[in-house]
Amino acid sequence: MDLSYSPEHEAFRGEVRSFLETHGTQAPRGGGPEALAWQTLLIAHGYAARTIPKAYGGFGAEPDILKSRIISEEFSRAQVSTGLGGQGISMLVPTLLEMGTEAQKRDFIGPTLRGEMVWCQGYSEPNAGSDLANLATRGTLDGDDWVINGQKIWTSTAHLADWIFCLVRTEPDAPKHQGISFLLFSMKTPGIEIRPLVDMTGAANFNEVFFTDVRVPKEQIVGRRGEGWKVANTILGHERGSLADPNQMQTRLNALIDLMRTETVGGVRAIDNPVFRDRLMAIQGRVLALRCNDLRLLSAAVNHQGAGLAGLVVKLQGTELRHELEALAIDVMGEMGTLYGDTPGLRDQGSWQRNYMYFLGLIIGGGTSQIQKNIISERGLGMPREPKLAQA
Amino acid sequence: MEFGLSEEQVMLQQSVGRFLEDAGGLAQTRALAASGARRTPDLVTGLSELGVMGLITPESQGGTGLSLLEAALVAEQLGAHVSPTPFIGTAILAPLALQLAGSPGQQGLWLPRLAAGQVTAGLALSEQAGGREDAGLEGRNGILNGRALFVIDYEADLYVVADTAGRLYLVPATAPGLVRTDLTTIDVSRPTGELRFTGVVAEPLAGAGPDLVQRLLDVARLLFAADTLGAAQAMLDQAVAYASSREQFGRPIGSFQAVKHMCAEMAAALEPCRAMVWYGAHALDHLPSEAHVTACHTKAHVSEVGTFVARTATEVHGGMGFTDLVGLHYWFKRIGLNRQMLGGPQALRDEAARATGLVS
Ligand SMILES: Cc1cc2nc3c(=O)[nH]c(=O)nc-3n(C[C@H](O)[C@H](O)[C@H](O)COP(=O)(O)OP(=O)(O)OC[C@H]3O[C@@H](n4cnc5c(N)ncnc54)[C@H](O)[C@@H]3O)c2cc1C
Repeated sequence: MDLSYSPEHEAFRGEVRSFLETHGTQAPRGGGPEALAWQTLLIAHGYAARTIPKAYGGFGAEPDILKSRIISEEFSRAQVSTGLGGQGISMLVPTLLEMGTEAQKRDFIGPTLRGEMVWCQGYSEPNAGSDLANLATRGTLDGDDWVINGQKIWTSTAHLADWIFCLVRTEPDAPKHQGISFLLFSMKTPGIEIRPLVDMTGAANFNEVFFTDVRVPKEQIVGRRGEGWKVANTILGHERGSLADPNQMQTRLNALIDLMRTETVGGVRAIDNPVFRDRLMAIQGRVLALRCNDLRLLSAAVNHQGAGLAGLVVKLQGTELRHELEALAIDVMGEMGTLYGDTPGLRDQGSWQRNYMYFLGLIIGGGTSQIQKNIISERGLGMPREPKLAQA
Repeated sequence: MEFGLSEEQVMLQQSVGRFLEDAGGLAQTRALAASGARRTPDLVTGLSELGVMGLITPESQGGTGLSLLEAALVAEQLGAHVSPTPFIGTAILAPLALQLAGSPGQQGLWLPRLAAGQVTAGLALSEQAGGREDAGLEGRNGILNGRALFVIDYEADLYVVADTAGRLYLVPATAPGLVRTDLTTIDVSRPTGELRFTGVVAEPLAGAGPDLVQRLLDVARLLFAADTLGAAQAMLDQAVAYASSREQFGRPIGSFQAVKHMCAEMAAALEPCRAMVWYGAHALDHLPSEAHVTACHTKAHVSEVGTFVARTATEVHGGMGFTDLVGLHYWFKRIGLNRQMLGGPQALRDEAARATGLVS
């Protein structure tokens, strides 16, 4: 057990800090051209796309998990944006690095990293949610093109995306998991219709996407025909972990403490109410437990060891806890906590209600809590699988 | 940067586990309960041969010279085996108090004998964490008067006791004016009791003060949390094994989602507790500014999770869980006692809030 960093890593931390001192004020608060310029600056210094080869538009550093951790710690301490995110950068780029052809890596990774190419993830369908492998969107080879027909749903940012990475059934006669292919295509391709879905926060960030005879060049497939399930699964675990970052949770917890120090009921600060304080401290204890667990995962990754149960529990525990954390803030504010939208009296731009709802979305998205429990019990604890229903 | 156990630490944990298993595990605790006896000297002898009784005592005093992280790993094993042996008081708290506040003479007299398992030591600390029934010890000019409840490792030859001013004293169990009254709790694996002092002449640990008392409390809390971690893990393991073999409706009950999800919820809550206990122990060893708050949080949180696991693992066993036959209740009760010792979750969360300036 040794939580100290080597001199090399401490020196690296120093570099990150001085970068943040010099450039931190330029960091953008929102999107737009400033965000793209910031991203370019981060890549040039190796604070984004750090380990992605230079040939594909990254910084080209040797993988060093601790340096990546130091970057995220220091940026979060300085409350400075770590650059662009989104499903292209977080999911597609790692997938291509592992499974893409040389041409795909060259064509797609660079523009994606620079924010010139925004992606959406076309996996879920009306009849393929938790049972994702049940997806029915069809892809049929016609000459040099795949012809795609069907419907996706819950497609986040489809209305903003330039391209989609999409799971399509290309081998209808193969068993369910072996008949899927992983295709890439432009959202400008004729035959795509996007209908926004308003979510409970009031935003319309996800969509229904309809495909009618959409023609996709045959080579825009990642992996081989019928390998799409495998391709998609290479990084699904990664997504789950990233939905529940305990260090972000700590930042939010600090904001909750600030809120409780200022919010008053009948002139008494919430923090001075022993019932609220106890709830706060219980959440603080749980956040601490997840941060310790995260250290264990970090250390396992550095040593190239599997994380086992400690990794499998993160999405379930993290999203549920975050939802409860936001809920406490609302209870602390009472009626004031119900204010939402453009209204007098709003606290913290309405972020507590918005996050309370948003994290319910994350409890459901990326594999619901119930599915997580199936995974934990079957893969983590080795419990008997459910008997399969006879195929109709 | 390395957050995990070394090979030596894993080996220590395994050898202690094997020893406790060979000693009989639950059967030994059952036998003790059935016999009405309150001491198990053979365990102490065996554990001292493994270096456990002198775990944190320097080698120059006959100990093993290890850290509190190793102590937590041992405590976890004791919880896992519901082991009826003195440990927290005898092997850790008394040696710690002697090392930090004892005279060279006191250290030379007691540390080697504690490490060798020749002497056991109880700790009277409960009043420092929240006195019940107006208990507490007044110390004046080396004379002690008053009561101490829920003594840790109560069946002992020697006591380390704290007075209301945060001073510490050594008192032999045979001291004139000291009356012991056994208390029967839910947990037969760790007998406890009350000490009543009437004009007892006690030997002060000259270097002791409120800071040391605080440290002893934090160390003890972390070790109770580690004990609960081990006990809860043992209950979860038994629940998973039972659910995988017991059949109803023509299939293992563990293939029913309701049962599976109970197990997943236990595992999901418990697994992060392991890292938390490691971190808490590491903080006690190396991160003084975090040690106190972390110890409070760790015991509070692990106790909550332990309580959840204790009831849920019992439930997974159906009627069998409620019986004495399977003996799950020994772990259930061990977790129940750990939860209350030196502060339950609410009290500890309050203490953590005070320590971080959240209470005006
Ligand atoms: C905010 C948000 C963003 C999303 N973004 C995207 C995106 O960009 N791209 C994309 O492809 N998808 C996206 N999704 C879809 C998401 O992955 C699915 O909603 C999720 O997998 C659940 O599928 P479903 O909605 O069809 O629910 P269902 O699968 O119908 O589940 C309904 C209920 O039944 C339970 N259930 C289902 N099967 C089981 C089982 N075997 N055992 C126990 N309980 C079960 C579920 O836990 C749930 O409680 C997003 C979802 C949300 C909420």
